[in-house]
Amino acid sequence: MAERVVIDPLTRIEGHLRIEIESDAGKIARAWSETTQFRGLEEIVTGRDPRDVWAFVQRICGVCTSVHAIASISAVENAIGSNPPPQARLIRDMVLASQEIQDHVIHFYHLHALDFVNVAAAATADPAAAVEFARQIGSTWKGNTLERMTAVRDTVRAILDSGQLSIFTGGYWDHPDYRLPPEADLMAVAHYLDALEFQRSMIRVGTVFGGKNPHPNFLVGGMACTIDPNHSESINQVQIDQIQDWIAESVEFVGTCYVPDALAIVGVYKDYFDIGAAQPNFLAVGMAGATFAGDPATSTLSSAHTAVRPGVLLDGDLATVHPFDLTKIAEWASSAWYSYEDGDVGLTPDRGETTVAYTGPTPPYTWLADNPEYTWCKAPRYDGKAVQVGPVARVLLAYAQGHERTKQIVDDAAATLGISLDQLNSTAGRTLARAVECLTSAEILANETFPTFAKKLRGGDIEVFDASRWAPDSWPDHATGVSFVEVARGNLSHWVAIDGGAVSHYQAVVPTTWLAGGRDAQGQQGPYEESLAGNGLHPLADPSQPLEPLRTIHSFDPCMSCAVHVLDSSAEELEAVTS
Amino acid sequence: MPYHPDAWQAPTLGENLKRAGVTRREFLAFCGVLAGIFAGGAAGAPKASAEQIADKLAAVTKPNVVWLQLQECTGCMESTLRSGGTTVEEVVLKLLSVNYNELVMAASGDAANKALAATNAEPHILVVNGSIPLKDNGIYCTIGGESAEQVLRASAENATAILAVGACAVWGSVQASRPNPTGAVGVDEIIRDRPVINVAGCPPIGEVITATVAYLLAHDDVPQTDAEGRPLFAYDQRIHDSCPRRPHFDAGQYVRTFDDEAARNGWCLYEMGCKGPSTFSACPIFQWNLHTSWPIGAGHPCIGCTERHFFDRFTPFYRVLPNVRGFGVEGTAEKIGWGLVGATVAGVAIHAGATAVRHATARKTEAAEPLNAFGDDPAGTEE
Repeated sequence: MAERVVIDPLTRIEGHLRIEIESDAGKIARAWSETTQFRGLEEIVTGRDPRDVWAFVQRICGVCTSVHAIASISAVENAIGSNPPPQARLIRDMVLASQEIQDHVIHFYHLHALDFVNVAAAATADPAAAVEFARQIGSTWKGNTLERMTAVRDTVRAILDSGQLSIFTGGYWDHPDYRLPPEADLMAVAHYLDALEFQRSMIRVGTVFGGKNPHPNFLVGGMACTIDPNHSESINQVQIDQIQDWIAESVEFVGTCYVPDALAIVGVYKDYFDIGAAQPNFLAVGMAGATFAGDPATSTLSSAHTAVRPGVLLDGDLATVHPFDLTKIAEWASSAWYSYEDGDVGLTPDRGETTVAYTGPTPPYTWLADNPEYTWCKAPRYDGKAVQVGPVARVLLAYAQGHERTKQIVDDAAATLGISLDQLNSTAGRTLARAVECLTSAEILANETFPTFAKKLRGGDIEVFDASRWAPDSWPDHATGVSFVEVARGNLSHWVAIDGGAVSHYQAVVPTTWLAGGRDAQGQQGPYEESLAGNGLHPLADPSQPLEPLRTIHSFDPCMSCAVHVLDSSAEELEAVTS
Repeated sequence: MPYHPDAWQAPTLGENLKRAGVTRREFLAFCGVLAGIFAGGAAGAPKASAEQIADKLAAVTKPNVVWLQLQECTGCMESTLRSGGTTVEEVVLKLLSVNYNELVMAASGDAANKALAATNAEPHILVVNGSIPLKDNGIYCTIGGESAEQVLRASAENATAILAVGACAVWGSVQASRPNPTGAVGVDEIIRDRPVINVAGCPPIGEVITATVAYLLAHDDVPQTDAEGRPLFAYDQRIHDSCPRRPHFDAGQYVRTFDDEAARNGWCLYEMGCKGPSTFSACPIFQWNLHTSWPIGAGHPCIGCTERHFFDRFTPFYRVLPNVRGFGVEGTAEKIGWGLVGATVAGVAIHAGATAVRHATARKTEAAEPLNAFGDDPAGTEE
């Protein structure tokens, strides 16, 4: 007899996600991914000055802060023919990289770890054993001291003793599937706290250039922050020295703390390399941070990440890289609360429509999935297929193209864990891929992007703004632009049309939309749904403590505000972008 | 074998901190940070010493907190994570019991909803991020099957203090901008019978968010606010008045194009559309991210994100504000007086009103005119 299970709110994510499940004998039989927030930003940006729109769409998401702003200014620059100087592009690359590293670290420790780490058990641990556990897993993090572990254990004890469990209230601490030894739990909680301190420090890379975080400032045509070795009011050697330190902190934390922790945890929960597979199709336009203004097939790469080219892996064939073709992207609204003029069809982003047609119950409600429509999230498909985006897609693409460092880290991890490459398509695989990518991103930032920027600055390259296309009278009367950016959660594209100096059409296709969307007209499930209910084998031992599906959904790093975002409301055609 | 609670014997925070190994010296250092923050912007407000704050904090038991996230982007929680010196989050973990917050809490689904219901049933502090979409029976944001309005009303009922944190909770922010498709409003549009403290900004500075919570505990009262409900300790100064670039404004030294020589010299961004003259915030005083920089400091004009309806009233962002005339040192006194505009006058009016106005309902009638912008009607007032 199937049992209905609702997880709402699904916590430790960005935004509002509801998962409805039918489970049977401890396994998930059916699942529905339901996004329960809509803001309608599409209508709001229409008619605005395109130079302002980055500030609006940046507010799509505060976890993915910066990424929508950079995608927006890149799309507008593509439309109006603006060419940000190389130093401005490098600054954006550094901001993107620091955001991505921070985002991955926050995701692993603060959003995902409690699926595997038992905080209550940490209070019982021997601090010396925690130090020893860290040593055994190869963690050389400076925080692995007896004093620190003792202090953290006492902190956890004090919280538990108080009877007021704060953010740990209602946690599944008696669930039998928490498997780490107590000393590992304690080490992980200590690193949870260390990671808070780390992210606060390293995010300052972006603050130097954008003035604040979250939601730093950006500029169509370049950057507003001036750089000049001989001006105190510009970014100079003082900030360069600071940034160098914060980047070094990043390499240290990711290398000595995050990666060993991730490897250790997925090693204990190794069966999760066989749980949570979604469709074996993967799409990316490069490594994390890759940014294109215009169609990647023809445009100039604007970022430093040139080693891996755009591509798509299909049907589980992880060796054959298909060329990326933006015309193969289409979005379905079959299970979403929108209506299309031509009915239940897939629309390419340049023809997207977003007419609200809510058919769900009036809140409060208890069950949504009896209706064919159950979400605010559309369902994008590539060449008709549901695809995965994000770290796992990028790591597999880099691997397929022979990116040496990625191959080395993946091969080492696979050998240690005894897994095959195709097992990265799994709950544990997505979590492992994120850690792998975080390390390569930190190394590229430290060894390539930042040194290039600093060297050029020393050489007198101080220009950060293309003034030639700032004035609206320098723009064509009608223009369209697109950008593709590989952001923390996956492939992001923004599409803009400008008429008479104002935005006439705006659309974004966002990583979580690719992943969290529901069923399409062919009945094909979205990746979240497939990962839970693809083979009827996903465990759910105790429906009142849905720890196992939380692990799987968290492995995607959901960002629901992003998923339902800036969509076209006008049904107006956006011209194909060819430049 | 899970650890079983057995030893919370001391009734107060101070005793329990001591038991947990936090020394008086460490605690005072933390309170010193708070004292600095409170003193930073609070003109006329009594200044508390670290000692006084420590004594007050140490005497309280752990308050329970419900920290909602309604229709929003999670930027305010991210800003909260960025708050403070090195030991603040540890102390705050010990200071408060945040029993419900979707971003960080361990439990999901039923277990989370139970934690919420249990905390709602007792006195608690309510912090709200996000707006409330009222159109179409609240279908545009539901949590646990309930509309944002239903969630908010249930959590407000027994709240002893209500903080609306961030532009969405204060007035609706980007989704409430024209044409406000989901009918998004701020918390004080729903909760009208009690004061709502509006911690403005998109997002607010992390230190300001946590300091507002700490203020409640340290002072055992809500902070003094301006007519818009913003705590004076962080919103009593116009950016223009505390901006380190102000001398360049007064001297008529302006950036004319991004990345020009004037920009490299840190001259005034007024001509680039800076909204500092119409914006109340302590950004130049506290700065952002461990005092690293702030928007104008990094060369970009202020977009006025602590002001209501800034996405409508302050756009285009790069257009020069009307009614704030640039002038040089040679300008006449009359010109200078006029150059400082209504903004100064309006600012005085706001703060004069603030001391008397403690309730959101009263605020509606006593609020000063909106500060100078482009004369647009704010979204929602235009039918």
